[in-house]
Amino acid sequence: MLDLVGYGAFFLVTALSYAIICLGLNIQWGQTGLFNVGVAGFVAVGAYTSALLTTPPAAARFGGFELPIVAGWIGAMIGAGFCAGLVGAVTLRLRADYLAITTFGIATTIQLVALNTQGLTGGPFGIGFIPRPFAALAERPLAFSTANLALVGVVTLIAFVAVERLARSPWGRVLRAIREDETAAAALGKNPNLYRLQAFVLGGALMGLAGAVQAHFIGFIAPDNYVPALTFQVWAMLIVGGSGNNRGAVVGAVVVWGLWSLTGFAMSAIFPPEQQARAAALQIVAIGVMLAVILLVRPRGLLGERKTVSRYVEAGDEAPP
Amino acid sequence: MTLQFLADGLVMGAMTGLGAIGLTLTYSILRFANFTHGDLISWGAYFTLVLATLIGAALTHDLQPLGPFSFGWPVVVAGVLAMLLTGLLALLLDYVLFGRLRRRGNAIVMVIASFGASLALRSLLEFMFTSEPTYFSRELQIAFPVGAGIRITPDQLCMLGLAGVLVVAMHLLLTRSHIGRAMRAVSENPALARVVGIDVAAVIRTTWLIGGALACAAGVMLGLTVQIRPYMGFDLLLPLFAAAILGGIGSVPGAIAGGLIVGIAESAGVQLIGANYRAAIAFLLLIAVLLVKPTGLFGVRD
Repeated sequence: MLDLVGYGAFFLVTALSYAIICLGLNIQWGQTGLFNVGVAGFVAVGAYTSALLTTPPAAARFGGFELPIVAGWIGAMIGAGFCAGLVGAVTLRLRADYLAITTFGIATTIQLVALNTQGLTGGPFGIGFIPRPFAALAERPLAFSTANLALVGVVTLIAFVAVERLARSPWGRVLRAIREDETAAAALGKNPNLYRLQAFVLGGALMGLAGAVQAHFIGFIAPDNYVPALTFQVWAMLIVGGSGNNRGAVVGAVVVWGLWSLTGFAMSAIFPPEQQARAAALQIVAIGVMLAVILLVRPRGLLGERKTVSRYVEAGDEAPP
Repeated sequence: MTLQFLADGLVMGAMTGLGAIGLTLTYSILRFANFTHGDLISWGAYFTLVLATLIGAALTHDLQPLGPFSFGWPVVVAGVLAMLLTGLLALLLDYVLFGRLRRRGNAIVMVIASFGASLALRSLLEFMFTSEPTYFSRELQIAFPVGAGIRITPDQLCMLGLAGVLVVAMHLLLTRSHIGRAMRAVSENPALARVVGIDVAAVIRTTWLIGGALACAAGVMLGLTVQIRPYMGFDLLLPLFAAAILGGIGSVPGAIAGGLIVGIAESAGVQLIGANYRAAIAFLLLIAVLLVKPTGLFGVRD
C-alpha cells in the first residue's frame, strides 16, 4: 500500500512537471496560435541552466556554482525565456508553418549543442549530482516523494493561477484577438508581433522552469532526454486536454502521462527484456495514433476552450464607466 | 582542403533535392508543411529492402551485382515497386488523416497531425526492424579518381544520373502534361482551378503519389550510398525543408538547386568545422533564407 502511495507521488511529480510545460505551450499555441515544435529545446535550456547554476564545481566543464535550487529555477526561467526571445525576435513575423519548421530546427540545434559542447554540458554523458530538493529525506522514499510532490504541486499551482489570471486579463484577450484575426487586432492599435513575442517568451520561460523541476527531481540530465519525442508528448497532452484551456493543459498532462505509464507497464509485462527497445517504439506509435484520433474525432480535447470575456460583459451589456 | 567535399555534397544534395521536390509539391498544392515526408523516405527504403530480400530469396541461383555497381537487379525492380508502394502509403495517410482534416480547413492542425503521424510512422519502422542500421549490399566499392583530387564511387555516379533523369522527367511532367498543368493551377489558386473544371481531388491524389514515389527514390539512394535506418528520413527533414524553402516553395528546379546548395554547404561545413554540427548547417541556411528572401530563389509566393 505504501509502495503504491510512493509510486503515486512519484508519478504525479513527473505528470505535474509536464503540466507546467503544457501551460507554457498553452500560452503559445492555445492562446496565441504560435506553433512551437521546439518545446524540447526550451525545456533543455532550462534544465541545463539550472544544473550549471546549482551543481558543485566540476573540473571537466564550465560552472558548477553551487547556488541554491531556487536560484537555479529562476535562472532556468530567465535562460529559457531569453532563448525564446531570441528565437521569437527572428521568427515570429514569419508564417505559422515557417515558425513550426524553424522551432523544429532550434530544438535540433540545441540538442546538438548539448551533445557536442563537452566543456559546458558534459556532452553525451550529461550532468549528474544535480541537487535534489529535500535530499535529506532521500533515505525514506515515501517522505521524499511526498515532499517533492508538495513542492511541485505548489509550483504548478502558482504557474496555473498566474497563467489563468493572465488569460482573463486584457493582455490575454489581446493574444486571442491576434490568434483569431490579426488584422482586426492591429487595427485596434495592438502590435501583433510584440504581443506574440511576449507570449512566446512567457511560454518558453515556463518550459524552462519545468525542465529545471524535472532535472532536480531526477538529479541527472543528458541530451537524450530532449529529443523530438518529448515535444510530441507535450503536444499530445495539450491536444488531449483541450488547447486554449489551462485546466485542460493540466488534466491532459496527467491523463496522457498516466496512459504512457500504463502502456509502459503493459509493454514490460508482455515483451521479454531483449525486446524492450522495440516495445518502447510501439508505445510511441500508440501515442501518435491517439493524437491523430483526437484531432479527428474530438479536436476540442477533453475540456476544450471556454469563452473568456471581460467581467463587464458577463455582468451585463453596460460598458464600464 | 581538398575538393572532395564537392563530390560528396553533390551526391548528398541530389538526394536532398529529390526529397525536397516531393515536399515542395505537397507544400504548395496541399498547403501545409508535411513533417511525414522524411518518414516516407525511410519507408521507401525499407519497402525496397524487404522486396529485394524477397526477390533474392525466391531466386535459386547466386546473384551477381550489376556491372560496376554494388547492387543487383532485384534492388532495381524492388525500388520501382517500392516507389509505387510509398506513393500508395502517402495516399493512405491522406485518406485516413490529412484529407479529413483538410475538409475542416485548418492548415496548422494538419501540421500537428503530420508531426504525430511522422513519429508514429518511424516508431513503427523501429518496432519492425529495430534501430540497427542495415544495408542493401555489403559489396565494397572502390572510388575512382575523376580529376582535381576528387574520387567518386560508381554507385554515387549512378545516383547522380538517376536523380538527373527524375528531375528532368518531373519538369517535363509539370510543364508539358495535362495533369502537370492542373497541378500548377491548383498550387496557384485552388478555387479558380476548381472553377475552370480541374478535378482537384485527382490533382491531390497525383501529388501524393508523385511525392511518395520521389521520397522513395531518395530513400533508396540514401540507403545505397549511406545506410538504412528508421531515422534516416527524419534526420533529413531539416535539410529537406531548407532546400524547399531556399528554392522557393512550389518550384521543382528550385528544390533541386536548393538541395544541391544545402548538400554542398553541409559537406563543406563538415570539412571545415567537423561532422558534429552537420544538422545545424541546414538550419542556419534555412534561417538566413527566411530572413533575407522568404520567397526563395525561384519562388513567387510569400
